[in-house]
Amino acid sequence: MIHKSTTNDPLVIAGHEFNSRFILGSGKYSLELIDSAINYAGAEMITLAVRRANTTKSENILEFIPQGVTLLPNTSGARNAEEAVRIAKLARELGCGNFVKIEIMQDSKYLLPENNETIKATEILAKEGFIVMPYMYPDLNVARHLVNAGAACIMPLGAPIGSNRGLSTADFIQILVDEIELPIIVDAGIGAPSQACEAMEMGVDAIMANTALATAGDIPLMASAFRKAIEAGREAYLSGLGRVLARGAEASDPLTGFLRD
Amino acid sequence: MQQENLKKSENLSDLGSTLQQKLEQNPASRTDHMEYQAGMEQIESEVMTKVISQMTSYDPAAYTKQDVVSALNKRGCSIQDLKALLSPAAESYLEELANKAQVKTRKQFGNNVYLFTPLYLANYCENYCVYCGFNLFNKIKRQCLNFEQIETEMKIISDTGIEEILLLTGESYHRSSIDYIGKACKIARKYFKMIGLEIYPANIDDYHYLNQCGADYVTVFQETYDSDIYETLHLFGHKRVWPYRFESQERALRAGMRGVGFGTLFGLGDFRKDALATALHAYYLQRKYPAAEISLSVPRLRPIINNQKIKFKNVSEAQLCQIVMAYRIFLPFAGITVSTRESAEFRNGIVKIGATKISAGVSTGIGDHQEKYAEEDQENFSNCETGDEQFAIEDTRSLQQVYDDLKAAGLQPVLNDYLYV
Repeated sequence: MIHKSTTNDPLVIAGHEFNSRFILGSGKYSLELIDSAINYAGAEMITLAVRRANTTKSENILEFIPQGVTLLPNTSGARNAEEAVRIAKLARELGCGNFVKIEIMQDSKYLLPENNETIKATEILAKEGFIVMPYMYPDLNVARHLVNAGAACIMPLGAPIGSNRGLSTADFIQILVDEIELPIIVDAGIGAPSQACEAMEMGVDAIMANTALATAGDIPLMASAFRKAIEAGREAYLSGLGRVLARGAEASDPLTGFLRD
Repeated sequence: MQQENLKKSENLSDLGSTLQQKLEQNPASRTDHMEYQAGMEQIESEVMTKVISQMTSYDPAAYTKQDVVSALNKRGCSIQDLKALLSPAAESYLEELANKAQVKTRKQFGNNVYLFTPLYLANYCENYCVYCGFNLFNKIKRQCLNFEQIETEMKIISDTGIEEILLLTGESYHRSSIDYIGKACKIARKYFKMIGLEIYPANIDDYHYLNQCGADYVTVFQETYDSDIYETLHLFGHKRVWPYRFESQERALRAGMRGVGFGTLFGLGDFRKDALATALHAYYLQRKYPAAEISLSVPRLRPIINNQKIKFKNVSEAQLCQIVMAYRIFLPFAGITVSTRESAEFRNGIVKIGATKISAGVSTGIGDHQEKYAEEDQENFSNCETGDEQFAIEDTRSLQQVYDDLKAAGLQPVLNDYLYV
């Protein structure tokens, strides 16, 4: 089924249209809160660690995700392309659909993505018909390889996962926004709605957040705050941000006033 | 305390009794605890030197309140900061440590708390460790589950909802061989999503075999990182070899295990130095093997059968809590396990601050999940022998009780977060 949006500014990933530009994480807070977080966030896509869904006896996270929301299974736990491919296929078997977020980590401390393996996994899975959304360290060359490998979007990290530190990599994400035709979705490090707003103003297409919500005192309320910040940032981007004036007024006599024709 | 522990076990054979006395009273009769025994693999590694030099130079009394405040105000946590957080000076800042630790735990793990159950397969042991209920001189009921019994126990545990199991044995190469443990892992794969091992230290080939059989995590407690004290407590057997034990986790990682666990048995040596060494052991190994998943356990001494005099007098609950918080601040990404050695109250409190994994529905005896937890088929099992326990547990809650308590505290119990890939 191809998703169709009801707005005139949809987020389009591999032909699927979404009204919401907020992708929610699900793995760090109580399962009972998922439903209301989705509602307050207005989210239409939620990530899910396949390894968390690999449970049989009680409280499978899959059962807590409401109908009609697009599942974005991730491959967390994969240390290389081969493992990521296996997890993606398992996600498909579990009925999670064709979307997959590639997460490949070889570092248990910072959980930084392994770009080379991510490119390999993207190529394999794209060929097998997956809609591949790769989590990556923001590097223009890697992003171009991912485009060529068949990625459906690019998901650069803003800061180390779980750090809530915002757009530490802003300059490099801006380069991706400027140079890459695919949607750019900032995936990790966003800790506050203001940071999400800032990213959206830069021209980022969507925001994914998990820890920022999970560590909030009131998770549904924070989901709502993110929704508004993301919408505000998007509107600011679309409206074209005004010039930032230097301190004081601009010189009234133009420097080029001497030119005669 | 050591002298107090060295009580002669009752009902020992004369030969055993003589050997026990000789080992206790005549240090010269013991083997060199730093010397590898036949068959023990030696690996080249610099980790031990780094850990020991840090531990040796650590003077907990040298750290001041200012050092603690400075450590608490930093974003990261250096080795110096860790030393301050483990020092007596930090005891006046427990609430501040708790706040910082809680933030770090929530950022890394959200509100997830992982649950597992240990299964003791056998309590035969070839070592004489003076504080342990399984020691070879201790007159207890010994048992080694056969494969049918293992499967029965696993079914019972699995039926409670548990999906992660930790398989434990006494340290007997002969009664619980690698082949035996491997077969147990293969059975466990049918019932569980994740298998950890807490067995005697093994060589790389053996760990590799066990990994292929389905085990993915290896935990080895060093007991104490002070090899001189270690020597006075582990008087006989392969466990006596301190460096071979130290290198277990590294051998396991080289063999392809996904994760490794570390621990000190607090109460044996200087707990601050032991805590420092444990954290640094994990820290240096993760730096060397960045993909390795790291976890820490924080056991304190518990009373054992035939030696009720052993008390965990050296480490208070507040100090144990301080250790957990210091671990969390220094290693935000590490799993921290708190076992049923601790009370339900302590465990309910510590999961809100820093612990991320707790056991539930625990029996430390051999083959007695059936006896203790299953209501059906009692008659069929009543003729079965069960083996005595390694130590007495404090928190006897069932899985469901633990689960409900976590929920009530606003935490999310997680039964599995693992995939074989």
